[in-house]
Formats: sequence, structure tokens, C-alpha cells
Amino acid sequence: MAGLSLDLIALQLFTGLALGAIYVLFAIGLSLIFGMLTVVNFAHGAFYMIGAYAGVYILSFGGNFWICLVAVPLAVGLFGLAVERFLIRPLYGRGIDYPLLLTFGLSYVMVELVRIAFGKTGYPFDTPEVLQGAVNIGVGYFPLYRLFVIGATAAVLLALWLFLEKTSFGLIIRAGARDPQIVRVLGVDVARVWLIVFGIGTAIAGFAGLLAAPLQGVIPEMGGTILAEAFVVTVVGGMGSIGGAVLAGLLVGVVVSMTSLFAPEMGKVSIFALMAVVLIVRPQGFFGRAGLMS
Amino acid sequence: MKVKFRGMNEITRPQQRGAATRVSWFQFATEHRASIASLVVLVFPLVMPFTALAVNILIYGLYALGFNLVYGYLGLLSFGHAALFGTGAYLCGIAIAHFALPWFVSIAVGILGGLLMAALIGVLAIRTRGIYFAMVTMALSQCVYYLFYQAVDWTGGENGLRGINVRVIDILGVKLDFINPLTRYYVIAVFVIAAFFVLSRILASPFGAVIEAVRENETRAKASGYDVTLTRLITFILSGGFCGLAGALQALHLSIVPIEILHYDTSGIVVMIALLGGMGTFFGPMVGAAAFLLLENLVSLWTVHWQLIVGAIFMICVLFFPAGIWGTLISRGKP
Repeated sequence: MAGLSLDLIALQLFTGLALGAIYVLFAIGLSLIFGMLTVVNFAHGAFYMIGAYAGVYILSFGGNFWICLVAVPLAVGLFGLAVERFLIRPLYGRGIDYPLLLTFGLSYVMVELVRIAFGKTGYPFDTPEVLQGAVNIGVGYFPLYRLFVIGATAAVLLALWLFLEKTSFGLIIRAGARDPQIVRVLGVDVARVWLIVFGIGTAIAGFAGLLAAPLQGVIPEMGGTILAEAFVVTVVGGMGSIGGAVLAGLLVGVVVSMTSLFAPEMGKVSIFALMAVVLIVRPQGFFGRAGLMS
Repeated sequence: MKVKFRGMNEITRPQQRGAATRVSWFQFATEHRASIASLVVLVFPLVMPFTALAVNILIYGLYALGFNLVYGYLGLLSFGHAALFGTGAYLCGIAIAHFALPWFVSIAVGILGGLLMAALIGVLAIRTRGIYFAMVTMALSQCVYYLFYQAVDWTGGENGLRGINVRVIDILGVKLDFINPLTRYYVIAVFVIAAFFVLSRILASPFGAVIEAVRENETRAKASGYDVTLTRLITFILSGGFCGLAGALQALHLSIVPIEILHYDTSGIVVMIALLGGMGTFFGPMVGAAAFLLLENLVSLWTVHWQLIVGAIFMICVLFFPAGIWGTLISRGKP
């Protein structure tokens, strides 16, 4: 392994963190929605993809990346609200599989609609000019945009944490995740809380899609791959646990980038191997409540 | 096909023999479900616009039959059945293309591949329950996709596995022309019919009753002394056998195994087929496969965006007809 210096490994570690940041954003939305609504959102990848396409759309009207950062989560979140209200809400109380199946069908429809509107081929997505180039982070030069991805993820996480822990609405959300029945008895409109949680989760998915767009380009199928990988993240981290999603997301990102360094062809397989190990050693994941799975 | 049996019913629960004195249509159809399904399969090409579509329906119907054993009867939603179907197809294909084994040995290899892959995935996925199962099976099948994708020497990678040329089916000296669509249909139909009888036998056995007991009430099944985890694992492995067979037949039918066979979409399609037809019913998967593939063919005649229509119809089914076509039909005639 000549030329494999410590610096290279450290740089690869940062690449893994940037990759992991996208996983984290994707998985916390998934986890938030599952923790509250017990809905596994199979359309989460489609919301992610819609986020990237919304960015393409806004840029085509002469908007800039900073407008996208605000407008895209709003637009995708609003769409998520509509989906919850009109498609998922009728299915509550009908078994846990039905919302999953519905969102699965929805992902087909969303992907196909995007193909109709934007074509089957993808779009390149330029890194915004201010964020081009690389900066020295001590161990070597690192792309500025990836640092920005890590920073933006940290900002979203901080905002979400403040929202959940410090506001009264966050308190209701946390209580609702524990026991929706009691919260309802206390006079809270749980349906409205669920609606908003679904909106927040999908908005974060859209945001993640936008952040990922300059890294990997924009194609209609971009949500499918990350969905399977995000399932690994949620299984490893523990379903419904936001802290678990953060830790596992970063871990999965680092594992992928490290494996790619040493054995490039095993990069994609490694994360599933990680999941297999976790399933054998600790089936409920890092922070999963043991009872939640049954 | 559907019209013909509209008046009939079926039961998915084990029969209480002797309990009922009057034999209804319902019970008759249930007891002879494998024979009835076989008869339909035998006359099926006569009513189809072209035989190739009938072959597809047969193979996807068998695939859905295997899936339905896990989803409909055991009550576990798997999103990774493409791995079982695909492994069957690849192993059968490899046996022919790389080892020049005879077709019947290759089919056996395919079934074995499905069983083994199901055992591998099952051992890991069965550790999780409920909604987790769907996610873990999906992730593991994605892993299988990458593994087969990387093993270019064996699988052809992105280009798919080529060179599965079976032109003549030789049965004890009788040579059948596998190129002829109708002959091909009936050769494949023989295997599907055999699968009907095996599945019907499994479901009618005491073990079949345990499978449904686990679905209906896990705690009670456990309290009655049944090993729930083992039941789940065995059922999943059996399902792998059916799907492996379907995959092997698909490889023979297409003469190529495309890598897309392991894609997540292939797992999704079978979920749609089972739900469309009616999960947990014996005839549902076949009805679903016929409905799904006819719909796909019909829609793709006037638009390339058939996924939009199929996805929308699937959503409507989930929202309004969760029992599926066959399930809705028989719920009207159920005594």
C-alpha cells in the first residue's frame, strides 16, 4: 500500500463524513416519520429526487443556489403535507403495511411524472460558484462544497434539535412518539401533529436531494438507491431514533468511503455487510428500543 | 379466465373435515384448487392474444405464488424477493452457459439457488419483525444485486448473462422444440402445475395451518408451543424455492439473464401483483400476474409512461380495494 499516507486516510474520512451527511439528512426524515406515524415512507427517495429537480427548476428561472436552499424544502414540504393529508391519512388504523405500499406506489407515480416533465436523461448540477474550489483543512485540500454539505447538515440538525427539545410543539411531537393515545386524551389534535411531522420529514428529504445534486447529478432514479442505503442507516442506528440516524448515517458514509479506498469494488457491498453484523449482534440497532421492532 | 370461475370461492384456512355436511362450491373449489388452477393454465394460451405474454404471466404468476406464501399466508412483507427470483435465474443460467449442464439439472440448480439465498437472507431478516422486515429484505437484496453485478466473470455484470441456449427439451428420448412458443408454454406450464400441487399440499398440511396461525396471532401460536421464528424461516426458504424455480424458468424463457432481474423494481412488481390479485388467496397471484401484465401491455401500447398508470392503479388498489381482484370477488361469494 505505497502512497497510502495518514493524510489520505484523513481526507477520505472527511469525504465519508460529507457522504454520511446526506445519509443523515435522508434518514432522520425517515426516522422522524416512522417514530411518529409508524409509516415507513417508501416514497422518501422520490421526495429526495423531487428536491433535486425543484432545484434544477428554480435555477432555470435564474434563481440562485441560496434561494433554492430555502425554497426547495418549503416546496417539497408542502407537497409532503398534501400527500399526508389526502393519501396517507385515510390509511391510519388499517395495518402498518398499507401506508408503506401506498407510498411505494406513489414513488412510481412521482418518478414517472418527473420523467414526463423533465425527460428521462439527467441534468448536471453545477456547484455554486462561491462554493467551488478546495480549502486546506490541515491534512490536505478538501472540496469546499463538501465542507458546506457537512456544515449545512449540522445546521439542520441543530435547528431540528432546538425545535424538538425547546419548543412546546416539539414537546408534543416527542410525547406523541411515545404515546399518541395519551396525547390525544390531553386534547392535542394528533392528526395535525402527524401532518406537520410528515411535512418536516419530507422537507428535509428535499433539502438532502438538493445538497446531493452537485455531488452526483440529477436523474429520476436517484432516490431508489439511497432509499435502500438509508434503510441500512435506520436499521443500524435503530428505527425511530434521531440520534441513531445521525451516528449510523455518518458511520455508513465513512465505511463506504474507506472501503472504496482499500477495495473499490466492495464499496457498495460494505454497508450491507455492516447491517448484517449489526443484525446479528444487536438486532434493534444502536439506539433502537427493543420493543419497537415487534 | 376470471369470468369462468366467478361463482366459485376458496378458503385459505385449513378445512375442518366432517364439520360441514353440505359441500358448497366454496369447499369444492378449495379442495381442488390445484387441479382447477392447472386446468386454467392448460387452456390459458387459447384465450391470450399471443403466447409469449402467456408465458410471462405463467412465470410471474409462479413468482408471485412464492411471494404470496410469505406475504399473504405468513403475513411478512418482503421487499427483497428479486434476490430469490434473480438467484434462481442466474444459477440456472450459469449451470447452462458455463457448465453446459442439461436443462432439468439446471432448473434444479436454480431452485436450490433460490432456497439457499432465501436461507441466507432469511436468517438475517427473520431477526427483525414487523415493518423492519420489508426494509431489511430490501437492503439485503440490493446487496445481492451489487454482488452479482461485480462478479462479471460469472454473471456478465451489466451486460447480463448470455449464452443460455436451450433449443430442444429432451425428455427420455422425446425431443420437444423449445423454440416453438406453444411447446415452450406447455413445458413451463408443467413446472408451474407441479408448483400448484406442492403449494396446495403445503398449505393443507398441519405446517400450513401453523403458518397462518403465526400470521393471525403470533403470541397465541407461541403459547401453543410452535416455534414462530423457525416457522417463519422455513416458510421464507420454501418461498425461495418457488421463486427460484420461477427465476430458472425465466432464464430458459429469455435465454439471457439481465441484471435488472435483481433490481429493486423486480421486488416491487411482485408486491404489486400479489396485492392486485389478492394476497393470501390461492388463485390471487395468477390473477394478479395476468391483470398486471395485460395492463402493462395495454398501457404501453399508447404511452411509454406505463409506470405512471400502473403506480396510480396500485395506489387506488391500496386505498380502496386492499383485498385485490380475486379477494374482492370471493368475498362476495364467501358463505
